[in-house]
Amino acid sequence: MRTNHKSISLHAPLAIALLALPFIIDALFGHGWVRIADFALLYIMLALGLNIVVGYAGLLDLGYIAFFAVGAYTYALLGSPQFGLHWPMYVVLPLGALIACGFGVLLGAPTLKLRGDYLAIVTLGFGEIIRIFLNNLNAPVNITNGPQGISAIDPLQIGSFSFGSSYEWMGVRVDDVHLHYYLFLAFTLLVIFVSRRLEDSRIGRAWVAIREDEVAASAMGINTRNIKLLAFAMGATFGGISGGLFAGFQGFVSPESFSLMESIMVLCMVVLGGMGNVGGVVLGGVLLVALPELFRNAAGPVQQMLLGKVVVDPESLRMLMFGLALILVMLWRPAGIWPSTQRRREFDADDSVLHQEQETVYDASK
Amino acid sequence: MTPPSNRLLELTGVGKHFGGVTALADVSLHIHRGDIYGLIGPNGAGKTTLFNVVTGLYQLDSGSFQFAGQSYTRCKPHLLAQVGIARTFQNIRLFANMSALENIMVGRHLRTRTGIWGALTRNAAARAEERATVQRARELLEYVGINCAHQTLAKHLSYGEQRRLEIARALATEPKLLALDEPAAGMNATETVALKELLQKIRASGVTVLLIEHDVKLIMGLCDRVAVLDYGKKIAEGVPEEVRRDPAVIAAYLGGEAA
Amino acid sequence: MEIFFQQIINGFVQGSVYALVALGYTMVYGILGLINFAHGEVVMIGAMIALTALQALLAAAFAPVLAVLLSLMVAVAVCMALGYSIERIAYRPLRNAPRLAPLITAIGVSIVLQNLAMMIWGREYHSFNLPFASTSHHLGGAVMNDVQIVIVIVALVIMAGLMWLVHHTRTGRAMRAVAENPAAATLMGVDINRVISVTFMIGSALAAIAGFMVSANYGIVHYYMGFMLGLKAFTAAVLGGIGNLRGAMLGGVLLGLIESLGAGYIGDLSGGFLGSHYQDVFAFFVLIAVLVFRPSGLLGEKLAERA
Repeated sequence: MRTNHKSISLHAPLAIALLALPFIIDALFGHGWVRIADFALLYIMLALGLNIVVGYAGLLDLGYIAFFAVGAYTYALLGSPQFGLHWPMYVVLPLGALIACGFGVLLGAPTLKLRGDYLAIVTLGFGEIIRIFLNNLNAPVNITNGPQGISAIDPLQIGSFSFGSSYEWMGVRVDDVHLHYYLFLAFTLLVIFVSRRLEDSRIGRAWVAIREDEVAASAMGINTRNIKLLAFAMGATFGGISGGLFAGFQGFVSPESFSLMESIMVLCMVVLGGMGNVGGVVLGGVLLVALPELFRNAAGPVQQMLLGKVVVDPESLRMLMFGLALILVMLWRPAGIWPSTQRRREFDADDSVLHQEQETVYDASK
Repeated sequence: MTPPSNRLLELTGVGKHFGGVTALADVSLHIHRGDIYGLIGPNGAGKTTLFNVVTGLYQLDSGSFQFAGQSYTRCKPHLLAQVGIARTFQNIRLFANMSALENIMVGRHLRTRTGIWGALTRNAAARAEERATVQRARELLEYVGINCAHQTLAKHLSYGEQRRLEIARALATEPKLLALDEPAAGMNATETVALKELLQKIRASGVTVLLIEHDVKLIMGLCDRVAVLDYGKKIAEGVPEEVRRDPAVIAAYLGGEAA
Repeated sequence: MEIFFQQIINGFVQGSVYALVALGYTMVYGILGLINFAHGEVVMIGAMIALTALQALLAAAFAPVLAVLLSLMVAVAVCMALGYSIERIAYRPLRNAPRLAPLITAIGVSIVLQNLAMMIWGREYHSFNLPFASTSHHLGGAVMNDVQIVIVIVALVIMAGLMWLVHHTRTGRAMRAVAENPAAATLMGVDINRVISVTFMIGSALAAIAGFMVSANYGIVHYYMGFMLGLKAFTAAVLGGIGNLRGAMLGGVLLGLIESLGAGYIGDLSGGFLGSHYQDVFAFFVLIAVLVFRPSGLLGEKLAERA
């Protein structure tokens, strides 16, 4: 048990740093980077949600962004001129989370008996299905407004306080990007809290047991289907919350934001950061949001400086460097940059001690 | 004949096929409460298949089995664990990257209740249950004689310890029947003796044991009753001495040693 | 009825391409248990190289048929080298790493190839015209041109050849042995690394041919063409039962048929509610439905055999 005193001395500086961060970023790099920090927080929430599914329970989900989309569109449809509905945030956000959770169960119930890579392709297909529907549900009845997406979405606001406005308190000007930062930070901390608590619990142990050996887990009395479904539902819920916040923050959603590439990016955050480890996943989220932005800012000027002109398209150069970074980091640290202690040991040790067959209960029962 | 009420597990005409191969053909046998029951037979005789049927990993093709007075034909592994059948695996299936203690704690899953809400709030009930789980896991580690650090990963334990950890994990589910698939495989003489003592201790605590073993000496010295499988059929059943003298058994299996 | 027949033809042509690409996925998966996410980009690179080579050869006044064959060979050679390098650089060092690590490097390779292609060939669509006229044949109201006929025939020949290679040659036997049990295969003296390299090279050669075919069929190449094509082909491989060669062929052709029939009829089926742009939804729905009822795909082996 950690003493309160130690806990405070450990966490107080961190808390102050987190609170001061948007102002520091603003001062050093400008407004744009605070906005990027906001996005990083949204992605961290997503990555933590996916981490429950992939990192804890070991279920490869390649369509995770669909839950983000469901959350975002729920917010967009219920809080925009699209239907003339302007439901308040404290109704729409939980509702989006709930609907996303429902979709998670809907997808998971029939498919969770599938083994690893088959599940991966089914979830991928599900993600695409959602996106294609969003893209096309503008006719014959216009629901999603199709590829144009939905704009003029209500800002995140509680009562008369809008996170989309600027305020001045005691001479300090606080802009919308700062306000969103604090809102998202609060949600991110909540998601971290939930992840940590679940990880270190009866449920979390059951998830890891299923990841380690599904047959043995079921022989020990774990209802693998329900526990996997729970992981799916929890992950989807986090995705839904993050999606709602995204819609309110952007003020605009379109199907383009929910492509397969986005699912893959979130997966990369989880794996590259360190599957199963909350700290690693947070780090992965920060890196994978910041790196492409850094490359974006560097790609043009660096060419200008070295070659005197922009030879190759900065956009592709940026993605090229990003792809290379993914490869190099994984080659350098195959278990992720900051793996959970379990995973690290798993990779260091010779696995010959315990050879595990990768079959599921359902394969064995044929 | 024993009265049926004394029978914990009873198989009636159990059959299992894989494609054209008959793994089990019309096997009937019963296990008394409080016994150590041995299942022997040459490789490929269907012993592990029978185990998998009884623990729900395979669905049987014909027949049924009764456990604690309840009849089963199709049942999921976790439900059989719930009613009191726990098992170990021939090729050791621990949760390799969980600690020894955590492995046993997973075994407690079935007998504990904490859900999402309890995990998030860590209310009094959840904390008490977690403490009890850890406590019970420690006791079980000690009970099976593992003295390593509790945080050692399962895969870093010695072979004999892994076997015993699997038994402890199974015991954590509070089984009525403990099914052990070749627990002595790969053990040296000292470890085997320790295992024998452990099994006697488990029986003394009131748990019925079903044992697959190749070590005939261990089976004969430990079991109350024994069944012999050959090519998926039961060819003998009874107390060890009887079975040992059974001509069919001698022909099929013990031939070399008995002659 | 004419539409039906036409959609069947289109489905077969597209399905042949899917099948060739799916074979690449399934071979690698069968041996390494790895989703080679970059495979679709190899198809795209194959198409791009073929285009560049074809233009260069025609400019150098080669005979049209010779130019087509040579450009195809160049594409195949480049893709084989590419497949070999991808495996060496991005997958081999991670062979004993956690399962998802090579998936991430595969994604990395995919991003790199795509953007490399964008730098070299630009963002625009290039037209891919064969240097000879392709006659159209009318078959009971439906139309099929020479290119499509050649695509189906070549695909069939290649698949037959591959089956022969896998089942009747030393290399094929080694591949099957490694897929079955890598450790045992090593003990039996099979050079696993060589087998894996060969597998990647064969898969990439098929990808190059498929890239050429799909470009010739649609007359267009684009740096982004590999992504969706790869995705569909992987879907096809899973549909058929990943790791199974016959499954990949069956899955490819089936997916092609499902898509084109879906595109043709989805409007009627849904009473006009869903238009033809739902053809992908249709394909994925079929995939999910198949897997729910047959969790290892249509021809998938039971998993225990591949533990």
